[in-house]
Amino acid sequence: MTSTRSLWTQIALLVVIITVCVFPFYWMVTTSLKTQIVALEAPPVWLFEPTLDNYREALFEDGVLRTLLNSLVIAVSTTMLALILGVPAAFALARFEFRGKKDLWFWFITNRMVSPIVLALPFFLIARNLGLLDKHITLILIYLTFNLPIVIWIVTDQFRGIPYDLDEAARLEGASQFTIMRKICLPLAMPGVAVSSIFSFIFSWNELMFGLILTRTEAKTAPAMAVSFMEGYNLPYGKIMATSTLIVIPVLIFALIASKQLVRGLTMGAVK
Amino acid sequence: MRGQVSRKTVFAFIGPAVIGLAVVGIAPLLYAVWTSLHFYNLTKLKRVEFIGLENYMTVLTDGVFWQAMGRTFFLLGTALPLQLALGLMIALVLHQPGLTLIKTLCRLSLVLPMATTYAVVGLLGQVMFNQKFGVVNQLLGGADINWIGDPENAFAMIIFWDVWQWTPFVALVLLAGLTMVPGEVEEAARLETKSKWTVLRYVQLPFLLPGLVAVLILRTADTLKLFDMVFTLTRGGPGSSTEFISLMIQRVGFRGFDQGLASAQAIILLIITIILAQIYIRVFYKEV
Repeated sequence: MTSTRSLWTQIALLVVIITVCVFPFYWMVTTSLKTQIVALEAPPVWLFEPTLDNYREALFEDGVLRTLLNSLVIAVSTTMLALILGVPAAFALARFEFRGKKDLWFWFITNRMVSPIVLALPFFLIARNLGLLDKHITLILIYLTFNLPIVIWIVTDQFRGIPYDLDEAARLEGASQFTIMRKICLPLAMPGVAVSSIFSFIFSWNELMFGLILTRTEAKTAPAMAVSFMEGYNLPYGKIMATSTLIVIPVLIFALIASKQLVRGLTMGAVK
Repeated sequence: MRGQVSRKTVFAFIGPAVIGLAVVGIAPLLYAVWTSLHFYNLTKLKRVEFIGLENYMTVLTDGVFWQAMGRTFFLLGTALPLQLALGLMIALVLHQPGLTLIKTLCRLSLVLPMATTYAVVGLLGQVMFNQKFGVVNQLLGGADINWIGDPENAFAMIIFWDVWQWTPFVALVLLAGLTMVPGEVEEAARLETKSKWTVLRYVQLPFLLPGLVAVLILRTADTLKLFDMVFTLTRGGPGSSTEFISLMIQRVGFRGFDQGLASAQAIILLIITIILAQIYIRVFYKEV
């Protein structure tokens, strides 16, 4: 019967898709559990005695733990700052009528299109002149260039979905716009706030170029650390993969939590 | 009237965000314009001097910039069709009814590549595509392909990872479009014709168009921004075979120390981005 056959083709295709998506992660985790000698075996071995040595060494001897903490501090701070600046702006864009609103909206959103290298050059020189190289605050601020737009984009949408009647009723009671936002609309907009926070966190956590250019040791981020293992000839592959695993796991957890909204968030700037 | 508030209120709400984004997004650009008009070399800081448009002349006449630009669009031109073809195939498979459990699993695994740290993708590439102990050559039946050290293979490897990371995105965007097709319409069409192609072309495609436009715009922007993954995987090499535009500017500015020239390149890249965005908007969003 053709339908059974097409069912099996379908299953086979789905299995192939899943395998291709997941295999690199499998390889990353297994390599991270190999000793250097096993990791350098050619052809690669699939069965071996796993060890956590790479994690121990990377975290406690090479200072990966600190760079993970740096990344965490930076990603959380920039996300909070983006929310503090972005939520009121989103409320204004959703609720108020004013001149230049469309242009402003357009400017916020198209920031995503600008290549970060365009900002990296002047930011490096400015930070150097102000003595802000290798400081957490520098990355916290520069990550606003993509976090603020994503917060404004998602939260504005969410505010627009809240019925106006609620505002009106509160205003008749004499509530200020700020109170209306904080007490009435914000609680209802929490899903949007949560999703945009996840995005902002993922983008900041994942970012490499600014981290590479603007930090050295004190504020070094985890991706920049992973890359710095790549110097020299005898590369510690197990350790590199252990660091990679530590970087990727929190992101994957967040991405799975927000998986339904992930695509929508990533299409920012291209759909109205 | 609803929405009418004093200018003071508007400013109180939106002012901080505007100022914030202006400080981090616009002020540096102005500074980059200033730098681009100067001889500004990080190793010769005593000699910073105004040289007018000389850096721009160098960029426009020097082949390096345009070669990097050409390479960038070549990558877009090869990776994007693959992503669209594979993405459409995946979306169509996931759109068929039945097999809920495995399809949910599949949708979840599709989320993983696009969330992966770009730098980690590059590092994974280093490990998996290594000539001697890489698993890719092993899976190819013990092939002895030098992926990282050969210009063409390195380029193919970059295409592979770009496709790996972003096909899921295309698939999920197109899947969202497919679910917008009203069920009755699709069923009626399937009763009319046996050809899946006809249904795709005349019934489903109109619903896919907005997603396809979004994919085109975003993939263009992201390819112009592409840095992290390539930097960790090949550093633009061997030679300059995988040196895309953002990597080239980074090299000139930070490894060649010529901030003036790199700034001019960055400003020209920005202008090209703006022109492209305008063209896309004119062509695809005529009604705006």
